Amino acid sequence: MTPHVVPAASPVPAPLDVLAVREQFPALHQLVHGKPLAYLDNAATTQKPQVVLDALRHYYERDNANVHRGVHTLSERATASYESARRSVQRFLNARSEREIIFTRNATESINLVARAWGDWQLKPGDEVLITAMEHHSNIVPWQMACARTGAILKVAPIDDRGDVILEEFEKLLTPRTKMLAVVHLSNALGTINPVEDMIAAARRVGATVLIDGSQSVYHMAVDVQALDPDFYVFTGHKVYGPTGIGVLYGRESLLQACPPFLGGGDMISSVTFEKSEWNELPYKFEAGTPNIADAIGLAAAIEFVRGIGFETIGAHESTLLEYATAQLSAVPGLTIIGTARRKASVVSFVMHDLHPHDIGTIVDREGVAIRTGHHCAQPVMDRFGIPATARASLAMYNTTDEIDALVVALDRVRQLLG
Amino acid sequence: MQDLNDLYQEVILDHNRRPRNYGPLPDATQSAKGHNPLCGDKLTLSLKVEGDRITGISFEGSGCAISKSSASLMTDAVKGHTVDEATELFDKFHQMVTTPIDQPVDEEAVGKLAVLAGVREFPARVKCASLAWHTLKAALTKTTEPAKTE
Repeated sequence: MTPHVVPAASPVPAPLDVLAVREQFPALHQLVHGKPLAYLDNAATTQKPQVVLDALRHYYERDNANVHRGVHTLSERATASYESARRSVQRFLNARSEREIIFTRNATESINLVARAWGDWQLKPGDEVLITAMEHHSNIVPWQMACARTGAILKVAPIDDRGDVILEEFEKLLTPRTKMLAVVHLSNALGTINPVEDMIAAARRVGATVLIDGSQSVYHMAVDVQALDPDFYVFTGHKVYGPTGIGVLYGRESLLQACPPFLGGGDMISSVTFEKSEWNELPYKFEAGTPNIADAIGLAAAIEFVRGIGFETIGAHESTLLEYATAQLSAVPGLTIIGTARRKASVVSFVMHDLHPHDIGTIVDREGVAIRTGHHCAQPVMDRFGIPATARASLAMYNTTDEIDALVVALDRVRQLLG
Repeated sequence: MQDLNDLYQEVILDHNRRPRNYGPLPDATQSAKGHNPLCGDKLTLSLKVEGDRITGISFEGSGCAISKSSASLMTDAVKGHTVDEATELFDKFHQMVTTPIDQPVDEEAVGKLAVLAGVREFPARVKCASLAWHTLKAALTKTTEPAKTE
């Protein structure tokens, strides 16, 4: 699939042919309760293009074998495809080396890997781990657990009413005691794009190690880990149009080299005796057991699909969608948008006067519109805004302004029924 | 759209807009908190039990139309009844909302509460309807752990 390639020298991104893109996603073409599906829950998971489905099928139909151990043809093919998938991820993040790319189950497992392997190694009583008030539970709980094990202290940088980190407060909390800064690149609940460049630079000044949770950013914007220069960057495959069950941990090579392993088992060792085992080289040291070969290959197909279209093209389309959705939803009587950060991705969380998000979600579903309702695994964000939950429309490259109109019409129906 | 009207019947909408027995109960003998972690619904249920009879009941909290109206209907249904009668009604209500959609519910057994039978068409919402009832059971048994629908 190559009709959307952006010429490298192009000053203006090629416009996205959204209908052609939609053609690539089989799940989008269905009726839900007799209405055309408007899938606006992409921050939860994205739909999968045909090339991803084909890659999975091809692998299982032709190449299925275990990796890194067989001398037979299928094992060699499976190993080649799996390692080629790693190089796709390396290029996608612009990492220096494929040794810096570790496959995990999802972003949660990647963060847990760091909190366990790096955290238990480096955190001492009285050390501090700094996060922000907009983190997903996956970037809160592993650190709470690490602090409980090590005696370190969890600190939280507050956010303002727009949903931006209050940078003065953030900088005050960043001290020589701060050993880890773990921060989300793009908030799933609010759409805020954090100024991670500045935050990383500030963390460097106090000598803190930095982990960036890129779960939401990877499908909205290009990420260059050499330019950003965090120590760890994590994301999950299923939010970037790839399969579930595959995630990525990028880690700076020297740090991964020094860091003790996470899980022990096959593949992560170079030699085993009952007295002592020697760890394998990177990245295998952190990939114990048979990995998720098929879904790594599926993820690579998704990444190549996204790269083929280009983030400039995707970003321009999603900006248009965000602008349209913000304008249309703001005009809905009684609706308040939660999350109005200065830099924002195409995620629109909202509440409606006196109407509970759960009722909104059920009613719009009957109109074929899929949105997320609830706390978005970010309960502290809900507490910050004094609300139990929000409804959230999160838009991806295949969404259209017609689908936003469908949401607005469905919200009208909610008011008729419950208003 | 018939099924949406099954869920959001006029009685339910009325209890959602004007919940009965809503507010604190100053002379409560027992209370319990209920929490549905899936959607963040929270409610506090207060009871005044004299002898074996529920002579006072009220609830407070935030929730969707289904959970709020279910709590409101429940307080009306058990007020003035004995603890045993309330427990029996819990079982009947539970049976109603878990009856498969293609089977009839025993409307006589639950009386007014039958308006909530429509939740069966919305599996994700059954827990909204049952939160108040699980909280009632916790309050009656004086459980200190918050009631959960999970």
